[in-house]
Amino acid sequence: MNEQVKIDTDRAERTEKLQGMGCKRKRVEDIRFTQGKGSYVDDLKLPGMLFGDFVRSPHAHARIVSIDTSRAKALPGVIAVLTAADLKPLGLHYMPTLAGDVQAVLAEHKVLFQNQEVAFVIAEDRYIASDATELVDVVYEALPCIVDPFKAMLPDAPILREDIQDKMVGAHGPRKHPNHIFEWQIGDKQATDDVFAKADVTIKEMLVDHRTHPSPLETCQSLASFDKVKGELTLWGTFQAPHVIRTVVSLISGLPEHKIHVIAPDIGGGFGNKVGAYAGYVCSVVGSIVLGVPVKWVEDRMENLSTTSFARDYHMTTELAATKDGKILGMRVHVLADHGAFDACADPSKWPAGFMNICTGSYDIPVAHLVVDGVYTNKASGGVAYRCSFRVTEAVFAIERAIEVLAQKLGMDAAELRIKNFIKAEQFPYHSALGWEYDSGDYHTAMKKAMDAIGYKALRAEQAEKREAFKRGETRELMGIGISFFTEIVGAGPAKNCDILGIAMFDSAEIRIHPTGSVIARMGTKSQGQGHETTYAQIIATELGIPADDIMIEEGNTDTAPYGLGTYGSRSTPVAGAATAVAARKIKAKAQMIAAHMLEVHEGDLEWDIDRFRVKGLPEKFKTMKEIAWSAYNAPPPNLEPGLEAVNYYEPPNMTYPFGAYFCIMDIDVDTGVAKTRRFYALDDCGTRINPMIIEGQVHGGLTEAFACAMGQEIRYDEMGNVMGASFMDFFLPTAVETPKWETDFTVTPSPHHPIGAKGVGESPHVGGVPCFSNAVNDAYAFLDAGHIQMPHDAWRLWKVGERLGLHG
Amino acid sequence: MTKSHIKVTINGKAVEALVAPRTLLIHFLREQQNLTGAHIGCDTGHCGACTVDMDDMSVKSCMTFAVQADGASITTIEGVANADGTLSALQEGFRMMHGLQCGYCTPGMILRAHRLLQETPNPTEEEIRYGIAGNLCRCTGYVNIVKAIQYAAAKINGTPFQEAAE
Repeated sequence: MNEQVKIDTDRAERTEKLQGMGCKRKRVEDIRFTQGKGSYVDDLKLPGMLFGDFVRSPHAHARIVSIDTSRAKALPGVIAVLTAADLKPLGLHYMPTLAGDVQAVLAEHKVLFQNQEVAFVIAEDRYIASDATELVDVVYEALPCIVDPFKAMLPDAPILREDIQDKMVGAHGPRKHPNHIFEWQIGDKQATDDVFAKADVTIKEMLVDHRTHPSPLETCQSLASFDKVKGELTLWGTFQAPHVIRTVVSLISGLPEHKIHVIAPDIGGGFGNKVGAYAGYVCSVVGSIVLGVPVKWVEDRMENLSTTSFARDYHMTTELAATKDGKILGMRVHVLADHGAFDACADPSKWPAGFMNICTGSYDIPVAHLVVDGVYTNKASGGVAYRCSFRVTEAVFAIERAIEVLAQKLGMDAAELRIKNFIKAEQFPYHSALGWEYDSGDYHTAMKKAMDAIGYKALRAEQAEKREAFKRGETRELMGIGISFFTEIVGAGPAKNCDILGIAMFDSAEIRIHPTGSVIARMGTKSQGQGHETTYAQIIATELGIPADDIMIEEGNTDTAPYGLGTYGSRSTPVAGAATAVAARKIKAKAQMIAAHMLEVHEGDLEWDIDRFRVKGLPEKFKTMKEIAWSAYNAPPPNLEPGLEAVNYYEPPNMTYPFGAYFCIMDIDVDTGVAKTRRFYALDDCGTRINPMIIEGQVHGGLTEAFACAMGQEIRYDEMGNVMGASFMDFFLPTAVETPKWETDFTVTPSPHHPIGAKGVGESPHVGGVPCFSNAVNDAYAFLDAGHIQMPHDAWRLWKVGERLGLHG
Repeated sequence: MTKSHIKVTINGKAVEALVAPRTLLIHFLREQQNLTGAHIGCDTGHCGACTVDMDDMSVKSCMTFAVQADGASITTIEGVANADGTLSALQEGFRMMHGLQCGYCTPGMILRAHRLLQETPNPTEEEIRYGIAGNLCRCTGYVNIVKAIQYAAAKINGTPFQEAAE
C-alpha cells in the first residue's frame, strides 16, 4: 500500500467511525422503542395518582342552565368535580390562546361546540372517573348554531362569543361582526386589481382545504404533580413545545416559572396536535394544586378528534391572471378561515393566518394580494399546522391547484406552465410579491430530474390514448397525472417577525464534553418521532470529531435543557440544528487553543482533520478531540478556564425554503370511484442531508398523511353541529393495504444562511403531497369538463362526480 | 365490584391476580403488571397499538377483558427479545430498516408481525400488507415496516435478505 492510499484509508476509517452527517446511522431511539421501553405520559405512575375525565357538551351551541355535581360526588372513589364556578375565583375558567384570543377551560354560561369541556371529574381510577362523568347533571338550553363559515357574518347570525361581544378590536385589529375574528391583508391591492383588469386570461376557483385533524397515534395527555410544601409543580405532558408550556403555565397559574418543572417524555407523534395548551392540561394542574396529589388526564380518541386542535378549514377563492402564452402576471386570494369557537391557532403572534402569504409558490409572480377573514363557528377551536409550517399546506394547495386550473384554461401542459413561471436559479435570494425572501433554490434542475425519472412525456401519451379509449367505450378507467412543485417556508424564525407570546422564536443547544471525551447535549426542541437523538448527534460528530455513539442527546426537560420554542413547522433542524453547529464550533475554537498549548505551537499553525487538530505540514503531530477533552479538565492552558462546553441560542437570520417536485399517477374506476395510485414519485430538496435514512422515512410518512388528507380524511359536521366520524371507524387513517408505495429522490441546494446548509424536511411531503393527489384526481376527470373537484377524494365522492357527469349510463 | 381471580402466563411467567370484571386486558397489563409496552391508541379496536399475543393469536387487548385471559398464555413486547437480551429478528429488523419513528405503534406492530411470521413464515409483500392491516402507523408510511418484516423473515429462515430496489 502506498503512502497516499494509507492516508486516505485512515481518513475514511476515522470518518466512518464518527457516524456523522450524511450517513444512514441507525436510530438510537429504536433500542428502547422496539423493546416496549419507551416512556410515554400514560406509562408514568406516581403514588396516590388520581385520574381526571371530562363531562362534555352534547350540544354545539347551548346555554348552560345549571350544573349539578352531587350525584357524581356521591359515587365512591370520586374525589372532586371541578366546574367553571371552581375555576373562576382562580381566574382559570378561561385561558389565553397562542393567537391572542381566550378559550374556555370549562364552559361557564354557554357551550360553543359539541364535546366542549363542561366539568372535570377526578377519581381514584379512570373507570370510576368515566362513570362519574355520566352522573353530572347539566341542563342545557339549545341555541341556533353556525357550522357553515359563510353564514357566520350574516347580519342575523346568532352571536357566538358573548364573552367578547363588545370587544370590536381583537388581537389582530378591528372586527367587522361579533363572529368575526380578524381581517389580514398583505400585498398590493391596486396593482393586483390593475393586472387582473387588463390580463388576457384569468381564472377564479373556490378551493376548499377541508377540516381535518393531525391525529397522532398517542392522544394528548398530562400528569401534574404539585408539591404543596415546596410550592413546586411538575408537569409531564405531550408537549411539542415544553418550554413555552412552562411559561404559559406560569403566566396563567401565577406560579413562579422556576418552580414549574415541565417534562415532555417520549411523544407518540405530534404533527401539530401537541403544540397548543388544552383544557385537560389546565384541569390536571388545577386538580393537583387543589388536592395536593398527582392528577393524570388522558384523552380518548373521540375527544382527540373532536376537541383538541383541528387543522385547515380554509375556503380559498383563488385567482390567477396570465398572458395568453402562459406568463403569470398576478395572484389574488381571499380566504375565509373557519377557526371554530375560539381562535386557538398555533401561529407566531404576528401572523393570524400563519405564512399563508407563501401562496405565490415556486413562481415569479410580479404582484399579488391576499386577504384572510377569520370567523367563529360552533366547531372545535384550533387551526393548527398539521405536519406543515403555519398554513403552508393551505397556501401550497391554493397555488398548485390554481396553476392546473390555469393550464387547462390556456390549453397548456401543466408541467410546461410551471417551468415557464419558475423563479430562476439566478434570482435567489428571491423577494416574493407577498414579502418573503426565498433563500435558495434550483427549481428547473429539480423539475427536469423528476420529469425524466417519471417518464413524463410517455405518461402523457399513454393518458391521451386512454382518454380516446374511454371515449370509444373500451375502458372504464380514467388516468390522472398529478403534479406538485412546492416551495415551503419553515424554520421560524427571525425575531423581527416571529414570536410566540412575545418570546422570539430562537432555539438552542448546550453541549458538554466530559473529560473522557464523551458528550451530553441538550436542545430546546422536542422530538415526537423525528429521531433527534440520532441526528443531532451526527451534527456534533462531524463538527467535533467525536463518534455519534459517544454523544447523548436529551430534550424535553425544562430544568436541564436550554430554553427553546419547540418542534413544529420543521424548525428543529433549521433552528436548533443551527444552534447545535454553532455551539459545537465554539467548543472547537476553544479546543484549538488547548491543542495549540498541548502541541506547543501557535493556534494558526493547526488545521482540523476529521477528529483532530494537526500541525500544518506535520500530520503526525496531532491531538485528537478525545485527548483535548482530557486536557481541558486536566491541564488547561494558562488564562483559559477549564472545561469544554458551550451553549448557543440561535436566532435564524431568515427562514429556510425547502422545495420539491412530486408526481402521482392515478387510475380511477369511473363506476366505483375507487382511485388507485399507480406510482408516486417525490423529489425533495431539503438542502444538506444529515441522515438520508431518516429523511426518506420522513418523506414516506408525510406522503402517507398527505394521501390520507387528500383521499378521505375529514372532520365533518352536520347542520346541528354534531361532529361526524370522530373515531377511527370513520376518520380515514390508511392501513398498509391502502397506502401507495413511495419512490423518493433528491437534489441538494444548501441554505446559504444556515451553518450546515440544512433546510428541514419533515413536513415537505405532506405540503407537496396533498395538492399532488388532488391534482391527479382532477387531471383524471379534466377532459370531461368536470370543473374543480373538491377534496377529500374518497370513492363515494368520486362516484358522485361520475353521476354528475352522466358517466354511469 | 366483586373481583375475579385469574391465572395467566405472561411472557412465560405465571401470574395470579384479582381483577374487576370490566377491567380491560390492556389496563391489566399496563397498570397492574407494569407492562407498559402495549399502548392505547383508539379505544375502538382499530389501531392495533394494544396488540398482544394470546394463546397463539393476535389480540387487541383494549377489546379484551382481563377475565377473558384467565388460563391463557400471553406474550407482550417485553417478552419478545432473545433470551440473552439481544434484539429478536423482528426487533432488529425494525431498527435496521427504519420501521419505526415515534415508537407508539411499534410494540403492537411487532407482536402482530410475530404472529404473522408464525402463520406465514415466508410472506409475500402483499401478505405482509394484509397481515398488518389491523395495525395503524401514523409515521412511517409502512414501506419500511414491510421491509423490517421481510428482514426478520429472512433472518429466521436463514435466507438472504435482499432489499427491494425502488
